[in-house]
Amino acid sequence: MTEVLVVGAGPAGLAAALAARARGAAVTLLDAADELGGQYWRHLPPQRPAARERALHHGWARFERMRRELEADPGCEVLTSAQVWAIEPADDDGRVGADGRLIDGGDRAVAGAAARAALVVHVLVGPVDGADRVARSIRPDALVLATGAHDRTLPFPGWDLPGVFTAGAAQALAKGERVAVGERVVVAGAGPFLLPVAASLAATGARVVGVHEANRPGRLAAGWLPRPWALIGAVGKAGELAGYAWNHVRHRIPYRTGSAVVAAHGTDRVEAVTIASLDRDWRPIAGTERRVEADAVCVSHGFTPRLELPIAAGCAITSDRFVVVDAGQGTSVAGVYAAGEITGIGGVDAALAEGAVAGHVAAGGSPTDAEISREMRARRTTTDFAGRIEASHGIRSGWTAWLDDDTLVCRCEEVPYGRLRATGDATCSTGLRSLKLTTRAGLGICQGRICGRTVEHLLGGDGGFADGVSTDRRPIAAPVRLAELAGASAPNRPEGHLRKETP
Amino acid sequence: MSARMLPAGSDPIRPGPTAPVTIHVDGEPVTGAAGQTIAGIVLANGRLAWRRTSSDGRPRGLFCGIGVCFDCIVTVNGDRDVRACQRRACDGDVVSSQHDELPEVHR
Repeated sequence: MTEVLVVGAGPAGLAAALAARARGAAVTLLDAADELGGQYWRHLPPQRPAARERALHHGWARFERMRRELEADPGCEVLTSAQVWAIEPADDDGRVGADGRLIDGGDRAVAGAAARAALVVHVLVGPVDGADRVARSIRPDALVLATGAHDRTLPFPGWDLPGVFTAGAAQALAKGERVAVGERVVVAGAGPFLLPVAASLAATGARVVGVHEANRPGRLAAGWLPRPWALIGAVGKAGELAGYAWNHVRHRIPYRTGSAVVAAHGTDRVEAVTIASLDRDWRPIAGTERRVEADAVCVSHGFTPRLELPIAAGCAITSDRFVVVDAGQGTSVAGVYAAGEITGIGGVDAALAEGAVAGHVAAGGSPTDAEISREMRARRTTTDFAGRIEASHGIRSGWTAWLDDDTLVCRCEEVPYGRLRATGDATCSTGLRSLKLTTRAGLGICQGRICGRTVEHLLGGDGGFADGVSTDRRPIAAPVRLAELAGASAPNRPEGHLRKETP
Repeated sequence: MSARMLPAGSDPIRPGPTAPVTIHVDGEPVTGAAGQTIAGIVLANGRLAWRRTSSDGRPRGLFCGIGVCFDCIVTVNGDRDVRACQRRACDGDVVSSQHDELPEVHR
């Protein structure tokens, strides 16, 4: 029986696990969180049941159905609180080159879905960041990566003050704990995600004093209005957005386009923000600044896909930094599939369709099989949706005009914009690795997850670096304790194949 | 003005009864609902920041809320560098804030 490992239990991972089971594979579904659903279906813990929790979610009944089916299925092992910290080539399949890539493909050279993944996935299972997690190594026949994305927040003066949050933080606390991050909240950034965040805040008792979308109406219309017939298939998504708009009217939340939070003010916490109008390239327009009192600010300028595991697995990445996939969601590495936001920021419907296709093909099916024809059609519609999000809401270059020399770029290592540029100029380096070492930007405990893309943009423009390095490459995919590293099974010596065991 | 949990009585999702959980944060007892994260409990009790940065000693609390940024790390029952936004609180957890000073700070 084919053994399929699915990493990530958000919409894409859940759909992949179900489709792989339907095709007869033995499935292990793992997630770093202790609950299924990912960030999209982030929900209250079992200790806090609520009669109408569905009111906070879209597609809640579908999630409950998927979760129930997987948890009741003896052919699916659900492994929560499971942090993947490394993926490496298995020693029984080909030789490993000095750069860590397989140079003799072993059975990777076999074309088609039947080729077995030649990888070992190293996992730590137990309480988050605990010292006594149980090490486990899994050697699946096929690997489905569905690791999702996190907020991309551009720096601005004061963004390191307590009380400034990512939009995802506000969403997680509202849905997962019924905690509102503040009483007077400003939501700002770019993209359709700002709307559900404002809606969640309002439903958690916060007063949202404004939602500020950086893009101007012209660009929003240019991205969303052409080819409206292509959206017909995405009615689920359209309905969801209509729901948010209604929510806005109901709670009288002002929605302003072409404006942004360009600074947060306060000494030890945020007390107010400066809001300015932006031109079409996101450059603040002088004279439009106004100060707004707020005790919390939630900012998101889009999403960064979580690419460390696909990169560790050797998957090819597109020039716009998503995982390359074929019609069956197969990556450039045999036996490795990718679905959801890591293949393009397309939202929940795309993730569900891609996940189902990935799981089906990973379990030995074909993208032309009748069982997944509906998902294949949905996949085409939602790919169009992803393109519209980028066209309407993608980051524009003028934002750097709101930075001061003192604005922190790297929050962990506390590297301000002025020093980052001065060090970069002084060293005349064109390699990202040496620039990181001299500036220290991106070397902190978040492993460059928050500032990485920004540092790349500020130091190298969008032309890339001479050494071809990107901040998405993290051979140790999550911080681990030295004792855990020492106690983990030796590299290239997997313990076994998808063994059933209780962590 | 601060973060707070929506009182159950005014929550449109009609929550059921919850069990209390009490943790000790820098010596002070703090109470939340069972199943909350450490960060969620601390925030809802009115404390917005708990870590001090290494270099400039600036206050930090929760930023990304989904385990990505590591701004919110605390020591829990002697284990350092635990993400408070991801770790569910257990009754009696002893939590202390972290300030890992760099030698340069003393110059």
